[in-house]
Amino acid sequence: MANIFAFAEARGGELRKVALEAVTAARKLADATGGEVHALLVGAPGIAQKADQLAEHGADVVMICEHEAFAHYNAEAAASVAAERIGSGGYRAAVFATSAQGRDLAPRIAAKLGVGIVTDVTGIELSGDTLTVKHPMNIGKIIATVSMQGSPAVVSLRPNTFPPAASPKAGRVENVQPAGDPAASKVTVVEMITGAGGKLDLAEAPVIVAGGRGLKAAENFKLVEDLADAFGNAAVGATRAVTDDGWRPHSDQIGQTGRLVSPDLYIAVAISGAVQHLAGMRTSRTIVAINKDKEAPIFKVADYGIVGDVFEVVPALTEAVREARKGS
Amino acid sequence: MKIAVCVKRVPDMDVRFKIASDGASVDDAGVKFDLNDFDAWAVEAALQLKEKAGQGEVTVISLGPSSVQETIRKALSMGADKGVHLLADKIPFDGFAIASALAAELKDGGYDLILFGKLSPDSSNGVTGPMVAELLGLPCVSAISRLDIADGKGTAKRELEGAQEIVEFPLPAVLTVDEGLNTARYPSLKGIMAAKKKPLESKPAAIGESKVKIEKLELPAERAAGRIIGEGAGAVPELIRLLHTEARVI
Ligand SMILES: Cc1cc2nc3c(=O)[nH]c(=O)nc-3n(C[C@H](O)[C@H](O)[C@H](O)COP(=O)(O)OP(=O)(O)OC[C@H]3O[C@@H](n4cnc5c(N)ncnc54)[C@H](O)[C@@H]3O)c2cc1C
Ligand SMILES: Nc1ncnc2c1ncn2[C@@H]1O[C@H](COP(=O)(O)O)[C@@H](O)[C@H]1O
Repeated sequence: MANIFAFAEARGGELRKVALEAVTAARKLADATGGEVHALLVGAPGIAQKADQLAEHGADVVMICEHEAFAHYNAEAAASVAAERIGSGGYRAAVFATSAQGRDLAPRIAAKLGVGIVTDVTGIELSGDTLTVKHPMNIGKIIATVSMQGSPAVVSLRPNTFPPAASPKAGRVENVQPAGDPAASKVTVVEMITGAGGKLDLAEAPVIVAGGRGLKAAENFKLVEDLADAFGNAAVGATRAVTDDGWRPHSDQIGQTGRLVSPDLYIAVAISGAVQHLAGMRTSRTIVAINKDKEAPIFKVADYGIVGDVFEVVPALTEAVREARKGS
Repeated sequence: MKIAVCVKRVPDMDVRFKIASDGASVDDAGVKFDLNDFDAWAVEAALQLKEKAGQGEVTVISLGPSSVQETIRKALSMGADKGVHLLADKIPFDGFAIASALAAELKDGGYDLILFGKLSPDSSNGVTGPMVAELLGLPCVSAISRLDIADGKGTAKRELEGAQEIVEFPLPAVLTVDEGLNTARYPSLKGIMAAKKKPLESKPAAIGESKVKIEKLELPAERAAGRIIGEGAGAVPELIRLLHTEARVI
């Protein structure tokens, strides 16, 4: 029997979807050996209200650590309390998300505990005491199967790869104290700049509409935004050519040096499909490409390609998507 | 200001990789190697800080076989002052093994800042910087895309999903560098000549015990070949139909 720890990521008082993904994956692992899932939720006072959602997705225990100094991501204090819990709980594995927060937090904890870590995990299996994970390397051109000896093993999951699933458990709430004074952290967030309210993030959106240099000017990104709006559940991404020119912030960049995404639907608008771009999106479930050059490499990976001028095709597609969604 | 930059020699990604006969490593034949892009931006950041301060020293550290000396030389030719080569027969996959060796080297260096890249594209773990920070007990800010240092204190910007954080931190500190912080300079001819005479010390790496092991490498399943369904706006109804009935995304 092996218990599994899950870090339930929250931001601005809200659970992030990756928190449910971590709990869901932890549940599967725990079920493999009849163990329990213990989730840790760190946040400003009031975050405890979110415990139910974690129970709903399979947490037997929800540890809550509330403190004013957790209003923003507080790396040092979050790492300390998580490491203390993970280190003393006898877990076989500790599951995080490969998000901005998880990328920062998980390695600190692994180092504190002197244990192994693998990030950006796309598959995970526990059989007996053998824990193995799948980990894409070399910009996704190679998939490694990695064994993780020693407990607890720290893993972070690629977002949008372990769909949240309901598996109701008791979710016994345990309040835990921060390890040390969270207000004494050396690194402090002095400002948080949030984008347009309610905007879906690339890692969480089921649909991504991404634009490339073929859009020719920043203002033409409106085409891409309108199409995303028509879907209602879409986020906007971009290529490096676009972020380099400052049409979009770097945080929108998808690819080798940007974000890795795998939505259900990826629509590439006037994007050539350079290998460095493909590295960030080729695991998307369905890929659509619109490009005027029928030889563009993006068509090699596109399930559905339309050869044509985006200034003509995209508005028509936006209209058609609006119509189709009205009907449904 | 004393700055250390940890740099990794990584394969060029624009190739078809082959898996070696052991089934658990990549066949290096015909693969070109270079300084990791994120690390080039970290070197550039260090050089800019030194230039702005009008004084300081930039040390470049790389762990791996003797071939990584070439990577160190590249950073020296960009303008770094000296290199340290931590000799190992290969670069381990395990982040902890690398981080412990780098931490042992950095521990008594008296550095004000220690810079890393956010990620190396070959092992794709992105863990080394925060792990070293933890092992050294130093503050750490990861994936920064803006940096200012003044009066012994730093300010940096981090990109989050759909948001940005501005953070303040004291020195000494560990930072990992994201794209967008700067554009790395190319080595000048003069820089390349000068680099040949710069000090490069080589010593054995105190590699930590590996906690994780690659059992097997595989090439990913190929995507089904792409399909062009039509031309121009006239193809839109067909696309909607396929997205609805075949892909079931609308
Ligand atoms: C180390 C390294 C890392 C990199 N990392 C990334 C990364 O993370 N992400 C990334 O995206 N790139 C990355 N790149 C850059 C990458 O190599 C490409 O340069 C970039 O992806 C090209 O962007 P693009 O497709 O927007 O532009 P282009 O390659 O210029 O393509 C524009 C496309 O638009 C089409 N087009 C033009 N006008 C129209 C029209 N009216 N209608 C329809 N189609 C039209 C053209 O046919 C063309 O195919 C990296 C490069 C390097 C060297
Ligand atoms: N062998 C190495 N030698 C020196 N620095 C390294 C080495 N491996 C990783 N690093 C540093 O750690 C960063 C992140 O690497 P990784 O954790 O492998 O993704 C790199 O960008 C380098 O700054």
